Amino acid sequence: MTAASRAALDRAGPWVDRVFRAHATLIYLFLYVPIGLVVLFSFNAGGHTGELRGVSLRWYDYALNDRFAMGALQNSFVVGFWTALIATSLGTLAALALQRVPPRVRAIFDALTYIAIIIPGIVIGIATLIFFVNLFGWVNPWLDYVWTAAGLGAPPVIGKGLHTVVAAHVLFTMAIVMVLVRTRLAGMDRSLTEASFDLFATPLRTFVQVTLPQLRPAIVAGALLAFTFSFDDFVIATFVAGPGQPTLPMYIFSSIRRGITPEINAIASMVLAVTITALVTVGLVYRRQARQAGETAAEPLALGIAEDA
Amino acid sequence: MTSGNESAGGRGRSRAVTALLLAPTSAWYLLLLIVPLIILLVFSLGARAPEGGYAPALQLDNYLELPTRATAFFNTLWMAAGGTMLCLLVGYPLAYYLATRAGTKRTLLLVLVVVPFWTSFLIRTYAWMTILGNQGIPAIAEGLGFGHIALINTPLAVMIGIVYNYLPLMVFPLYVSLERLDKRLLEASKDLGAGRLATFRQVTLPLSAAGLLSGAMLVFIPIMGEYVIPALLGGGKVFFVGNALVDLFLQSRNWPFGSAAAIVLILVILFAVTLYLRLGSRAGIQREVSIL
Repeated sequence: MTAASRAALDRAGPWVDRVFRAHATLIYLFLYVPIGLVVLFSFNAGGHTGELRGVSLRWYDYALNDRFAMGALQNSFVVGFWTALIATSLGTLAALALQRVPPRVRAIFDALTYIAIIIPGIVIGIATLIFFVNLFGWVNPWLDYVWTAAGLGAPPVIGKGLHTVVAAHVLFTMAIVMVLVRTRLAGMDRSLTEASFDLFATPLRTFVQVTLPQLRPAIVAGALLAFTFSFDDFVIATFVAGPGQPTLPMYIFSSIRRGITPEINAIASMVLAVTITALVTVGLVYRRQARQAGETAAEPLALGIAEDA
Repeated sequence: MTSGNESAGGRGRSRAVTALLLAPTSAWYLLLLIVPLIILLVFSLGARAPEGGYAPALQLDNYLELPTRATAFFNTLWMAAGGTMLCLLVGYPLAYYLATRAGTKRTLLLVLVVVPFWTSFLIRTYAWMTILGNQGIPAIAEGLGFGHIALINTPLAVMIGIVYNYLPLMVFPLYVSLERLDKRLLEASKDLGAGRLATFRQVTLPLSAAGLLSGAMLVFIPIMGEYVIPALLGGGKVFFVGNALVDLFLQSRNWPFGSAAAIVLILVILFAVTLYLRLGSRAGIQREVSIL
C-alpha cells in the first residue's frame, strides 16, 4: 500500500478504520473463543463440562490410559501416513506424466480430478462402500473356491478395514496433490530442464536434480494436506472403516453421542497442540525458504484452503 | 527438448513410461470413482432387498419416493445458500480490512484466519455443543434474567456451526482478489468525485467478483454434503441430505432409495458448479476458475 493511498484512507476518517478493526476483533474472538474453551475445560478437575472445579491433569491421564482412544489414535496415524504417502507419490507421478499426454487425455483426467475434489465426502464414502461390498462379494466366494479346490483349509476373507479407509482417502487427496503439483509445474522455469538435457544429463538425473527440488514446496504441501484431511475425516471413515477399527474422529464422534465427557476435551486439546505445533513448524520452515525464494509465507497454508472435503 | 533427436524406439519407451506413471491414478479413478458412480446409478433404479441392500430391478420408484425426503433437501439448500450468504457478509469486511488496512500485522492475521481451518472439523463443531448447550449461553442468559432460551438443536445452532467452520474458506479467496486490486483505481474513483459507497459498488465489488464467486463455491459445495454439523448441533431436528444418506445406507439399509438421493445431490452440486463456471467465464475470471 502506497503512502498516498494510505493518506486517502485516513482522510476518509478514522472511524471507518475503527469499525473495520472492531469487526475483525469480533471475528477473531468468534474463531478462537470456542477452541480456547475446549482447552480450558480439558484442565477441569470436575466431572462435568461447563462447571470449572479447579485445575488438574486428570482427564489427560484418563485419555492417555484409555485403550480405545489410544487405539483409535493409532489407527488414524496409520491411515493418515499411508494416505499421505500413496496420494503424494501417485499424484506427483501422474502430474508429471500429464505434461506429456495428448490434450484430450489431459482433459479427461482434469475432469475426473475436479469431480473427485468437488464431490462431497459423504458421496465418496457411499460410492467406495458400494464398490468394496461388491468387490468382496465377488472375490470372497472365488477365494473360497480356490482354497477349497487346492485343499488349503480355511480360505482368507477380505473385508473392510483400515486399508479400505486409505483407499477412499487416497481418491480425493491424490486429486489435490495433482492440482498442487500441476500448478507448480505450470509456473516452473523450463529452461532449467532444457539446460540439464543440453548438459547431457539423463532424464532420471534431470528429474532428481532439477525438477524435484523445484516441485518440493508443492509436494510437501500436498503431503501435509493429504495427512490432515485423512486424519480429520469422519464421514468417509464411517462408511468404509471395518468393524472394531474406528479412527480417532469416529471414536470422538461416538463418545460425543454417548454424552459429553471432559476426556474429549483432553483428547481434542492434544490433537490441537500437535496440529498447531506442526503448522507453526512448517510455517517457519516455509518462511525461511520464502525469504530465499521471494514468495509469500502464507502460501503453503493458503493452499489448504482450496479444498475441504 | 531433445525429443527431436530421439529414435522411434526411445519415443515408444517414453510413451510407455508415461502410461506407467498414469496407470495407478487411472486405476484409482476407474475403480473408486467411475465404477462406483455407475453402480450408484444402477442401484438408484433398483429395489430394496428384503434384508436390506440391493435387489435388481429397473424402475423409477426410488426417485418418485424422493418427495418424502423433501425436508432434508429443502433444509440443505436453504441453509447452504443462507450459510454462504452469511459467510460472505461476515467475511467480506474482514478480507477487505486484511487486504487494505491491516498493515504490518497482515500476514499474522491472515494465518490466524487459516489456522482453525487446519484443526479438527469435528472438534470445532464439538466446541459449540458446550457453548450452545443448556449449560452454556442459555444458562448464562437465564442467570441474567432473560428466561429460558433454546439454542442447541435449532436451525440457528446449525447456522452458527456452518459459519464458524466455513468462514476461512470464504475469507481467503476474497482476500486474494482484494489484495490484487489496484489501489490507484480507488483513488481515481475518489478523484472523480465518487463517494465511498459508489466507489465500493462500482470499483471494489466488481473487481473482487472473482474471489467472491470462488469463495461462494468453496463454501456452498461442502455445506451441501454436510453431515457432522446438523448431526451434532441440529440434534436430529435439523436434517440435511447427508444425514438422510447416513440413515439410508448405514441404518435402514435402503440402498436403492439412498442411491437415488445421492444421485440427486450430485446433480444439484454439478448444477451449482456449472452455474459458477458460466458466471465465472462471463466475469472474465478464467484463472480463478482453473484454480478451484
